[in-house]
Amino acid sequence: MNYLASVGSYAIMIREVFKKPTKWRIMKSLIFKEIDELIFSSLGIIIFISFFIGAVVAIQTALNLTNPLIPRDLIGFATRQSVILEFAPTFVSIIMAGKVGSYITSSIGTMRVTEQIDALEVMGVNSLNYLVFPKIIAMLFYPFAIAISMYVGIFGGWMAGVFGGFLTSEDFITGLQSDFVPFHIAYAFVKTLIFAFAIATIPSFHGFYMRGGALEVGKASTTAFVWTSVVIIILNYILTQLLLG
Amino acid sequence: MIEVRDIHKSFGDAHILKGISTTFEKGKTNLIIGQSGSGKTVFLKCLLGLFEPEEGGIAYDGKLYADLADEEKRDLRQEMGMVFQGSALFDSMTVEGNVKFPLEMFTKQSKSEMKDRVDAVLKRVNLIDAHHKFPSEISGGMQKRVAIARAIVMNPKYLFCDEPNSGLDPKTAILIDNLIKEITEEYNITTVINTHDMNSVMQIGEKITFLKDGLLEWEGTKNEIFKTDNEAVTNFVYSSDLFKKVRQMYIKEQN
Ligand SMILES: Nc1ncnc2c1ncn2[C@@H]1O[C@H](COP(=O)(O)OP(=O)(O)OP(=O)(O)O)[C@@H](O)[C@H]1O
Ligand SMILES: [Mg+2]
Repeated sequence: MNYLASVGSYAIMIREVFKKPTKWRIMKSLIFKEIDELIFSSLGIIIFISFFIGAVVAIQTALNLTNPLIPRDLIGFATRQSVILEFAPTFVSIIMAGKVGSYITSSIGTMRVTEQIDALEVMGVNSLNYLVFPKIIAMLFYPFAIAISMYVGIFGGWMAGVFGGFLTSEDFITGLQSDFVPFHIAYAFVKTLIFAFAIATIPSFHGFYMRGGALEVGKASTTAFVWTSVVIIILNYILTQLLLG
Repeated sequence: MIEVRDIHKSFGDAHILKGISTTFEKGKTNLIIGQSGSGKTVFLKCLLGLFEPEEGGIAYDGKLYADLADEEKRDLRQEMGMVFQGSALFDSMTVEGNVKFPLEMFTKQSKSEMKDRVDAVLKRVNLIDAHHKFPSEISGGMQKRVAIARAIVMNPKYLFCDEPNSGLDPKTAILIDNLIKEITEEYNITTVINTHDMNSVMQIGEKITFLKDGLLEWEGTKNEIFKTDNEAVTNFVYSSDLFKKVRQMYIKEQN
């Protein structure tokens, strides 16, 4: 029952976000600030994680290829598929739910407990539009970060495969290029965009409607992370069934 | 002038305001006093339109809030300034950015017009060299002054302050009180201030409204508050030993 009520208030919040827009001149600078905060400042961790995940996938595949009849270039193929289909869009999004999500919840939550949101409302500003809309727009650039993640992940796999002595560079590239289904890329980016929306809005919801003080801001961040991850996992299942099933 | 007509406000089962009617006049500092939890902040948030009362209504210079269209409500909001209990400055902006914010949001002023206006109000609250500091870099008293500057930058008709001097030392508190009173008179604003500070009552209480358990228990001027027989008021006013002694001396003198 409580969950249903939350889903209802979440829907109402989303509607409010798109009402009574803030002046474009101000909104523009808010959007740039959020792109910097949410996307650019996350690139480091995204690249770091993607590289090593790609490398590990390649090594795992190589170590499990004990049957000599299976060609070595399968390592390249497996790395490409797992990185593009799951690791870059889903795994990285879970990490971002923690990194970006906790930033969003704590920054909005702090504004709530220090009455800064009331101050906005009193002035006649639509605080949901002012605070959440720029985050949603900034997260439209999230697929670019995931594209980088895919690239770096595959590069990590290549490095680990070639320099670990599991296969030659040519074999890896043959594997990379075999049985390529362009729709998989579309699937991955559709997922990414939907996850981006979840990462921008669910933590905002938890920050915006929180009550209490500094301690509750911390708790709200944790709750927001748990819910964002749960939603991403469930959406991932549904979208995979719908788009690939 | 603000007329409050029998307003009621509840949160779930908790009936917080149980029918309050009063009038706040222009150019005067109207004080709301009462114990913690008596509903002062809720009352002020009703005046601000942040909460809508379930019953009764509030009229601003004759215009009943509930009768206004959304657009008119928004315009009315822009005639209100609010100083929050914790100042509520935007901590991602400098002092200048905070004060300029309403101008950027709601006016078509040029950069230089805005700068002049911001300089003028910051000067009015005696802050001249803090323009580029962030709220976290200035003292509580300075934050309050920035909050006042932000509240008056749009030339409001109505100014609301929620415990403007809580957390300040007595000297700074008096400075802030006097500043609010001067601004109220200078710009002929209808000012409503929540407080539980008896010093403020003595200093600037032109009209005092005492709330108790969601009801208006007593109303009067600062001279009347020391003479009243209303037990709830005297219990509140003389809750500190110092004031009890002052009252005894006062009564002795009268006899
Ligand atoms: N948004 C809200 N939801 C539910 N209850 C609330 C809300 N705001 C205030 N209350 C309740 O209303 C009552 C009055 O609170 P209010 O903040 O107005 O007191 P106050 O007189 O301002 O006290 P203080 O002097 O401590 O600031 C309290 O019991 C509080 O729990
Ligand atoms: Mg209060």
